[in-house]
Amino acid sequence: MKVFVIGAGISGSLVARELSKYDCEVHVLEKAPDIGWGVTKANSAIVHGGYDDPPQSVRAKFAAKGNRLYDELSKELDFDFERVGSLVVAFKEEDINYLKELKERGKKNGVDDLEILEKSELKKVEPNISDEAIAALYCKSAGITEPWEVAIAAIENAVENGAILHLEEEVLDIQTKNQKVSKVITNKGEYEADVVINAAGLFADEIAKMAGVGDFEIFPRKGEYILLDKKLKGLVNTVVFPTPTKKSKGILVVPTVDGGILLGPNAKDLPKSMKYDLGTTPEGLQEVYEKSKRLIPKVELSYTVKTFAGLRPETKEKDFIISATKVWGFVNVAGIRSPGLTAAPSFAKYVVEDILQDQLKINLSKKKDFNPYRKRITNIRDVSLKEWEELVKKDPKYGRTVCFCNNVSEAEIVEAIRRGARTLDGVKFRTRASFGRCQGGFCSLKIVEIISRELNIPMEEVKLNSKNSWIMDGKVRA
Amino acid sequence: MRREKVDVLIVGGGAAGLAAAISATESGAKTVLLERDRSTGGVLNQCIHNGFGLHVFKEELTGPEFMERLWEELKEDVIRSNFTVLEIKPDTREVITLSEDGIIVFEPKALVMSTGARERPLNSLRIPGSRVAGIYTAGVAQKMVNIYNRLPGKKVLIVGSGDIGLIMARRLKIEGMDVVGVVEIMPEPGGLIRNVVQCLEDFNIPLWLSHTVIEIHGKERLSEVVIAKVDENRKPIAGTEKVIKVDTLVTSVGLIPQNELIENFVEMDPINRGPVVDDYMRTSVEWIFAAGNNVAIHDLVDFVYDEGKIAGMHAARYALGEKLPEVKYEFVRGKNVGVMLPQKFTGTQPFKMYIRPTKSLEKSVLKFSDKIIRKFNWRIRPSEMIDLVVKNFEGFDSKITVEVSNLD
Ligand SMILES: Cc1cc2nc3c(=O)[nH]c(=O)nc-3n(C[C@H](O)[C@H](O)[C@H](O)COP(=O)(O)OP(=O)(O)OC[C@H]3O[C@@H](n4cnc5c(N)ncnc54)[C@H](O)[C@@H]3O)c2cc1C
Ligand SMILES: Cc1cc2nc3c(=O)[nH]c(=O)nc-3n(C[C@H](O)[C@H](O)[C@H](O)COP(=O)(O)OP(=O)(O)OC[C@H]3O[C@@H](n4cnc5c(N)ncnc54)[C@H](O)[C@@H]3O)c2cc1C
Repeated sequence: MKVFVIGAGISGSLVARELSKYDCEVHVLEKAPDIGWGVTKANSAIVHGGYDDPPQSVRAKFAAKGNRLYDELSKELDFDFERVGSLVVAFKEEDINYLKELKERGKKNGVDDLEILEKSELKKVEPNISDEAIAALYCKSAGITEPWEVAIAAIENAVENGAILHLEEEVLDIQTKNQKVSKVITNKGEYEADVVINAAGLFADEIAKMAGVGDFEIFPRKGEYILLDKKLKGLVNTVVFPTPTKKSKGILVVPTVDGGILLGPNAKDLPKSMKYDLGTTPEGLQEVYEKSKRLIPKVELSYTVKTFAGLRPETKEKDFIISATKVWGFVNVAGIRSPGLTAAPSFAKYVVEDILQDQLKINLSKKKDFNPYRKRITNIRDVSLKEWEELVKKDPKYGRTVCFCNNVSEAEIVEAIRRGARTLDGVKFRTRASFGRCQGGFCSLKIVEIISRELNIPMEEVKLNSKNSWIMDGKVRA
Repeated sequence: MRREKVDVLIVGGGAAGLAAAISATESGAKTVLLERDRSTGGVLNQCIHNGFGLHVFKEELTGPEFMERLWEELKEDVIRSNFTVLEIKPDTREVITLSEDGIIVFEPKALVMSTGARERPLNSLRIPGSRVAGIYTAGVAQKMVNIYNRLPGKKVLIVGSGDIGLIMARRLKIEGMDVVGVVEIMPEPGGLIRNVVQCLEDFNIPLWLSHTVIEIHGKERLSEVVIAKVDENRKPIAGTEKVIKVDTLVTSVGLIPQNELIENFVEMDPINRGPVVDDYMRTSVEWIFAAGNNVAIHDLVDFVYDEGKIAGMHAARYALGEKLPEVKYEFVRGKNVGVMLPQKFTGTQPFKMYIRPTKSLEKSVLKFSDKIIRKFNWRIRPSEMIDLVVKNFEGFDSKITVEVSNLD
């Protein structure tokens, strides 16, 4: 059995990890130079409660279940996950009716830890909330995580268990024979395939077309963000939503797992041709600022660390497409809009257990020696000083700080490269080096130097994140 | 975990920290200077242009030359590089550090904070557009060229006309890059006039005042930026947009004092963005002294050097058991006073004071509580610090309002 998973975002990574529990050959094809750089890289990082998805939707089927899987998953894969809780805040009397509706909907979706807080209780949970807030729906089980870290962890664990990762390998075509999957063609070669899992994010519609089952289209919907410095830690303790509109969950104020505060996202539909457009806009950033200030008046833009944008992969139905197709062996994991991050652990199991085994009757036997654990790169944030001292004794590189803002040592950078980072952003997303308030002012060139040394390539060949994202032009003097 | 007792511990080995180490050791205190980088010197390392040390050494030196002079003055071996200070504990007076020797906890009697500043990254300005390769702070570009021997690109626009931006414009031009120009959002250049002349005019590099970058474009590497003229409120004026094709953007949009280690327990000045200090360079915590760009951003290394010496000397006196005088006077910011230090003083000794006006004025006076202290017959500007020696404090109340106003 040869299974090809297209895309190493949160969806593809968790599917690949589920598959690696069984005796089959698993390949992950990812066109980017690293894991989790599609939709998974830029989102709100919230593990939603799962109460607001329409009860009949595919989203509802997986969101609350996915949320519950996060405790175990975060332990096995050793990534940050905190159940900080979420609030949907009402400003008007009629909003309260909506909160009641949401609570009912939550019940139908199997979310039973919802309560409506009155103003005084709300102030206790969130002292900086606007005085105009009158009530809120509180969901204790909502959490926050680091999405790309989840994807990286899942892939590392899958690879540990035998899966094969192909980076910078783009799927160009899929061949079928007698309505069955037969070959996957990439920029690097051709592979015989029995099963193809289409988890290509924004491009899943194009992949489906290659297999001849392209009956849906994906539209990008942009969301812009402003990230604020850790100095504002405690500005909010929970994920704070306004009462949502039909179109989106609204602009939120969210604590990040490393202590920062995230404002956003807005929502703007873009034409299909703009799936690469990750630029922020003046109007978007202004909207994010104004609306987050309405929730939390103390929001302060002078603490901005950076701004960025993400693209949601939307379909007309506004729902996930997770199903087998008329081409045997070709499975869609498409239209994975929000809450895809939340739902992924659940639908990954569904794809492998229900679709492949039950529906397609593929006989997969469990590996006896599957190792569910993966360890993160050790950082001083996570270990005691004593443990750190031991590490330094073993390897002095643990005592050499490279990123001063986030205290990342040279040993961690080297470890990130050993685990597959090839670019400056690769190191950044794995270690948080240059993610801090100076945004790489002190460390980016040192990291370039270390990558160059470890990979034995000239510094000019180290890239920011993609083939043409060169950093240095060449030598000043020979 | 090892413990080490010292008299004076200096955190940060730039010009301020080195100067503090010189005077602390001269005062007879057992001193250790911790530097988190591979080598001391701070920004001096990367500044191979000259213009350092005119006041201190009466010579124009390059940054590294100035640094070497400081090393020569340092008689004792007190420097420890590759040491990162992780935490300063105010109640137990412990300083926890990480180095290749593991975790070392210092127990100093006095401490000098001389951690300098970091550059403000462009990302923090919320300029809309793509996040692509080819955007560097001036410091990164400077290190790339001067330390790593690599060029950041082929064609560059500089954002910000502070001294560092101006110096980088010249450097990159000399090294063969096409320097399209410098944009400055304010109506006046942000750096010293001598640098505008020597770095731009002498090299025919245009300076666009009242202009800013409003958008950034590119797929993977930067391909173009859009600039526009701004009105008095620094808002872009519609219709004035201009597309500039460049593969590199070098930004010099400000320095931010680094005080993360102490800002939670030391009184901070919101304008300087550094600790409030007195004429002994003592902070609100009696055993912690501070000097250099972490106290406030300084124009010249000479000022930083002087401050470091004062801080080091008094930290040593304090550490060796002397009781320093109490603060008696306080300066309060009045009209047109931005960065200002010290904010407090004891009245026991003459001291140097630094003030940055908030606006440019043709002819002006400096007043202490309505008394004229100094007249300026030249144009003063925010980019150039006013420095003066304060000697006479007789007849002043304990609170002195400082004001810079038009001479009329
Ligand atoms: C603004 C925003 C906010 C969001 N907030 C949340 C939230 O708070 N909580 C939540 O649960 N969800 C949230 N989401 C949704 C969540 O981010 C997505 O559902 C999830 O990241 C989708 O992951 P994916 O793996 O399906 O797609 P992706 O991460 O895009 O992965 C697809 C991968 O396929 C690769 N690929 C594409 N084409 C090819 C090809 N031809 N060959 C090889 N590889 C290819 C891509 O490079 C990419 O890496 C948000 C989304 C956005 C945009
Ligand atoms: C690009 C540039 C050009 C300049 N040109 C001129 C000029 O031509 N003429 C002139 O007179 N002046 C010039 N200046 C100004 C002058 O050089 C600086 O003001 C002065 O050098 C600052 O010294 P400092 O010690 O305060 O800070 P820095 O030089 O920044 O030194 C601070 C040191 O502290 C270390 N540190 C920080 N935190 C920690 C920690 N937690 N633990 C251990 N160590 C730490 C840092 O690594 C650094 O080495 C220039 C400045 C710059 C940036």
